[in-house]
Amino acid sequence: MSDSGEIWVIGEQRLGRLEEVSLELLSKGTALSQRMGVALSAVLLGDEVEEIARELVFHGAEKIYLLEDAQLRYYQSEAYARLLAGVIKDHEPQVVMIGATEIGKELAPRVAAKLRTGLTAHCIDLYVGEVDAAPHLIHVVPGWGGNLVMHIICPQKRPQMATVKPGVLPRAVRDENRKGKIIRVKPDIGDEDFSRIETVEVVEEPPRGKPLESADVVVCGGWGMNALGGFSMVQELADILGGAVAGTRPAMDKGWVGEARMIGQSGKTVSPGLFVSLGASGAMHYTTGFMGSKVILAVDQNLQAPIFQVADIGIVGDLCEILPCLTMELKKDRMPKKF
Amino acid sequence: MGLEIFVCIKQVPHPDHFSEIHVDVGKGRVIGEGIPVIMNPLDRHALEEGLRVKERFSGRITVIRMGRPRVQKAVEEALAMGADRAVLLYDTAFARPDTLATAFTLFYAIRKLGKFDLIYCGNETVDSGTAQVGPMLAELLDIPQVSSVQEVSFVDEKSLEVRRAWEHGHMKVRLKLPALLSVTRDINTPRLPTVQGIMEVPQKEVIIWNAKDIGAPLENVGLKGSSIYAAGIHEYKTDRRREMMQGSTEEKAQRAVARLKELGAI
Repeated sequence: MSDSGEIWVIGEQRLGRLEEVSLELLSKGTALSQRMGVALSAVLLGDEVEEIARELVFHGAEKIYLLEDAQLRYYQSEAYARLLAGVIKDHEPQVVMIGATEIGKELAPRVAAKLRTGLTAHCIDLYVGEVDAAPHLIHVVPGWGGNLVMHIICPQKRPQMATVKPGVLPRAVRDENRKGKIIRVKPDIGDEDFSRIETVEVVEEPPRGKPLESADVVVCGGWGMNALGGFSMVQELADILGGAVAGTRPAMDKGWVGEARMIGQSGKTVSPGLFVSLGASGAMHYTTGFMGSKVILAVDQNLQAPIFQVADIGIVGDLCEILPCLTMELKKDRMPKKF
Repeated sequence: MGLEIFVCIKQVPHPDHFSEIHVDVGKGRVIGEGIPVIMNPLDRHALEEGLRVKERFSGRITVIRMGRPRVQKAVEEALAMGADRAVLLYDTAFARPDTLATAFTLFYAIRKLGKFDLIYCGNETVDSGTAQVGPMLAELLDIPQVSSVQEVSFVDEKSLEVRRAWEHGHMKVRLKLPALLSVTRDINTPRLPTVQGIMEVPQKEVIIWNAKDIGAPLENVGLKGSSIYAAGIHEYKTDRRREMMQGSTEEKAQRAVARLKELGAI
C-alpha cells in the first residue's frame, strides 16, 4: 500500500515531554490534510515515548511512525537526521513540517540537505493557494518593512519542508476518542552514528526572571529607548503592570536585554493579554513575535512607523515626555482607592 | 602543525538602517541600495572564536564570503580583526540562492580549499535569519555540526566538548574534528581591529573565485539551484483597532489608560 503524499509533522519531545509547537503543527497539519485530501501523520523519535505518540493521535495525527531506542533518549544530531531522512525517503510525504525550535533549526536543514530539497525558514502560516493560476502550498514568512510577508513556494522538489515558528499557530484540540495507528519502525542505528558526535548531557535550567511566554503583560523596548538612555523606564512600566520585560533585536544588540528576552522572528513569540511596544518602528521581523497578543499598545515618535498599523492603541510623541506621563497615569490607576 | 580554520561570513545591511529597506510589492523585490553594510554581528563572534583557537594551537584562518566584490566591508573588517586571508565567491550564477544553493556554493569552495579542521559560522544572520546554511554545509561536507554553541572546550586537539543552548536549558555535545560550529553571542566578546591590524589589510591575500574556479555545477547554485522561490510579497492582514490617541501629552496618556481599562487589558 502506498502512503506517499501525506502531510507529516515531526513530533519533538525532550526528556519525555512534548514540545508545544508539535501540537501547533498538528492543527495546521489537520487543516492542510483536509484541504488536500491526504492523511496526516507524525514521526516521533525517542526512548519509551509511546505515551507521547498517543498524545499526537489525540491531537489529530492519523498515523505515528514511532522510532524508539535507548540511544535515542537524547536528541542526537547525526542519528536523528539520518533516521528521519530514511523514513521520509521510504514513505514519500509531500509536506514535512518541523517546529523552529533550537533543535528543529539544526535538524531540519540537515535533513533537507540529505534529501536535496528546499526548506522554508520559520513560517508563520502555511496554506493552499494559487500562484500563476496553479495550486501551491504557500509558505508565509515575514518580509521586510512593516506588515509585509513573503510567499514562498517549492514547485518541484519533494517533500516540501518548512520549519514553523513556535507560538504563532493555535494548538490542536485534544480529543481522547481519536483513533490512530502507531507504526513502529525499528531504528537502524549503530555505534558509528555516535562516534563523530554525541549529546552526552541535557540540562534543564529554571527560567530567570518572570517567564516571557506565560506573562499576562509584556513590555518591550526598542532602539528608541536610546533617547532615555536605556531600559529603566521599560522596567518601571513592566513593574507597575506586573509584566515581563522584553526587547527588540537592536535593544538586545545594545545589551539592554538578554537573548532569551528578544521578541521577533529569530527570538521569542508571545501572546499576552497586553503587549506594550515602546520606541520600536515595527519591522515585520519584530511584529511577528507578538501578533497573537490580545491588546497591543504602541508608543513611538514617528507617526509613519508601521507599528501603528498593527496596534490597537497608538501614541505618537517624544518618548522622554510620553513615558513619564504614561507611567504616572498607570501608577494612579494602580493606587488603592481610599474610602 | 597548526589548525586549518575556515570562517564563513556574510555582509548584511546595518540593523540601524533596517527601516530604510523598502519593498517593491509590484516587482516582488526588496530594495536596500545605498544602505550601510557590516559583517553579520554573529559572524564576528565566529571569527573571534577562530582567532582564539589559532592563538592557542597555531594555524591559519581563511574567511569565506559569497557576494559582490564592489563593497568589501565585511572582508576588510575580518582581515583587520586578524584573519589571514579571504576567499570571495562571486559569479552572476551564484545570485538569488536559497539556503541549500548557498550551502552548495560554500561547499564547492571549501572542497577546492582542501583539508580543514574547523569551520565556524554565526548561528544566524540579522537579515534573513534562517540559521540553515551551517547545518546544510556540514551535511554536504559530511562532518558533524552543532548550532547555538555557547561554549567550546578542547578535550584534545582532535575532539571538542561544546555547550549548546536549547529552550529549557543547555545540552553538552562531544564531537570530533573536522567539524562545523554555529555560534551564538554568548561564546565570546569579539575584539576590535587594532591600528596595526587595519594597516596590514592591504598586504593580505584576497582570492576571488567564480563558479568555474570552484567547479560548481550551475544546476546546484544560485537561483537555478534553488528549490524554493519567493512567489510574491503581500500585506499581512491584521485585525487591529488602530486607534491613535489625540490631545496633549497628558491627555494622550490618560486616554490610553482609559481605553486599556475599557478593553480589559489592565
